[in-house]
Amino acid sequence: MSGTFLGMPAFPEAAGAAVADPVLRANLRHATHTIRAKRERAVAELADWEELRQAGKEIKDRTLRRLDVYLLRLEEAVVAAGGTVHWAEDAEEANRIVTGLVEATGEREVVKVKSMATQETGLNEALAAAGIAAYETDLAELIVQLGDDRPSHILVPAIHRNRGEVRDIFRERMGDFGRPAPEGLTDEPAELAEAARLHLREKFLRARVGISGANFMVAETGTLVVVESEGNGRMCLTLPETLISVVGVEKVVPTWRDLEVFLQTLPRSSTAERMNPYTSMWTGTADGDGPRAFHLVLLDNGRTAALADATGRQALRCIRCSACLNVCPVYERAGGHAYGSVYPGPIGAILTPQLRGTVSELDASLPYASSLCGACYEVCPVAIDIPEVLVALRERVVAEGGSPHRSGHRLERAAMAAATWVFDHPAALAAGERLASATRRLHPSRPLGAGAWTEGRSLPELPERSFRDWWRRRTRDGEEGS
Amino acid sequence: MSARERILARIRAANAGAPEAPEPSRDYLTAHAPAGDPAALVDLLHENLADYRARVHRTGPAGLPGLVARLLAERGARSVAVPPGLPAHWLAETGAERHPDDRPAGPLDARELDAVDAVVTGCALAVAETGTLVLDGGAGQGRRALTLVPDLHLCVVRVPEQLVASVPLALPRLAPGRPLTWISGPSATSDIELDRVEGVHGPRTLEVVLLGA
Repeated sequence: MSGTFLGMPAFPEAAGAAVADPVLRANLRHATHTIRAKRERAVAELADWEELRQAGKEIKDRTLRRLDVYLLRLEEAVVAAGGTVHWAEDAEEANRIVTGLVEATGEREVVKVKSMATQETGLNEALAAAGIAAYETDLAELIVQLGDDRPSHILVPAIHRNRGEVRDIFRERMGDFGRPAPEGLTDEPAELAEAARLHLREKFLRARVGISGANFMVAETGTLVVVESEGNGRMCLTLPETLISVVGVEKVVPTWRDLEVFLQTLPRSSTAERMNPYTSMWTGTADGDGPRAFHLVLLDNGRTAALADATGRQALRCIRCSACLNVCPVYERAGGHAYGSVYPGPIGAILTPQLRGTVSELDASLPYASSLCGACYEVCPVAIDIPEVLVALRERVVAEGGSPHRSGHRLERAAMAAATWVFDHPAALAAGERLASATRRLHPSRPLGAGAWTEGRSLPELPERSFRDWWRRRTRDGEEGS
Repeated sequence: MSARERILARIRAANAGAPEAPEPSRDYLTAHAPAGDPAALVDLLHENLADYRARVHRTGPAGLPGLVARLLAERGARSVAVPPGLPAHWLAETGAERHPDDRPAGPLDARELDAVDAVVTGCALAVAETGTLVLDGGAGQGRRALTLVPDLHLCVVRVPEQLVASVPLALPRLAPGRPLTWISGPSATSDIELDRVEGVHGPRTLEVVLLGA
């Protein structure tokens, strides 16, 4: 990963500062609790959620096991459909390829769809260094970009901003980038969305180059899929003459049919919708419809290193829904910036150290940025056992020479301190009970590296299922009990 | 060695000792809605479209031209983009100025499209469980920009023949090689405090006409 966030303090210091910021805490609490309840309802609509989750997990595992085969198949299909495929080993190479492609068009500005991969590579900064202006068009990304800020959430990078702050940023900064905010702009979300519509429309209409990521790439057909809500994605994918998509190698799925799983689980897990407003699917280029040139940049940037880790490779199943952030008691209190990465929250705590290594103090601290409550695992639509990977990464940090007695406990205490408030409150109790049960096999049996976790406390025996969980399942499935 | 070869080599090395991954189990449902009741499926589509703030109407063939005219007029649409292959009688009663995309001068450019008030299209199919319309650029639908830039999209769905219950039933009926747009309600955002607001860059109004026999 790039050095975008390097120089950040390690998680405990950053989390401490965030916990002391009452506005940030209130913003995060409000937003995560709103989406949490909605997600529960959206998931409960599907009687076969667990089966979809299992299928999603297995499709991803099978893909990863034969990743070379599926990437070659994808490449062949994209090229056959008129696209060009590039391979980038790291962030710098990806940025160099994209910069070269933009320069070849002669354009000096690009419009961008929100893309974790290009955030990860620091593409905007690389383009700026080459004199190319990159305009983020997702509303939250726009808020981050105009506010000269950093993203703090995978789905909603400006989740740390409330409506009043967004209004102030729009009023102060929109004029510097193009059309100013309307006179008398209030903090009504609908008005703020309208301001973004007006501000960005001129950029969409004149754009000649669009840059995107992708949620999925279908190997057998060469089809790319972008799932979005606002229509900014459609604008960037459709109106420019040249489209460049930068996508992590793990985003491939083998077959067209596989989309039937993820198109059901992703919207419900991320925005808690039955279906997001817009999903675009394109295969290479199409005559008379959309860009005339399509470039796909396949990005490694540490993914193959994660793939080589027997436990950690499951992080590559991630479909970036961000459900794990929204339920995490540590994220809720510490905020996304404390993780010092474009991937914050529980998934970031296992993904970032694998992509970047655990060399810096920040990255070595991330596996401790968790209370191991297991809420993230329960909501994950591809069943990534985040607590299991966290524990394995802690072992790695210790094995690499970290001092468990000092740094391990210090780091872990920061996470526990951030989470304590949540655990002290009744609303969290039901979740906590259920989740502790869901991960119980980790607690008593696993031999933990140098006692990083167990030395400080003894864990009670946990029942196989909490009463609430048993009751919930019993009511849902009509089972007799167990 | 190229970057491509090095990445592939690292993948092969990483997978060398990994256990084989089984064929995915597909124990999930093909559809959640009960089969064999087309009328209930139409109701479900109606309900789910409306839930995400699309405005839904029903009519038969005889009422369609009048309904289209009324909906365009209600929204103050004085001009309408027309995709190639749109049945002419759909627009027979509207007074809105027509802008055919297959005019002799070539397709409408982005700024011309931005100046048009509305677009009327058909679709490839609709998904009842999710309240989704899928467009594939076929006759009466046009290229993707047509249904994106104008602020009002009026989409006609022939029910029940264009309706499927679920996403797993929709995918086999679509051609992956065509540019596909799945539309579930007007454009929206949850980016401010994770609260859903309708109306951002895509059409802020989505009128759906369920055209029965």
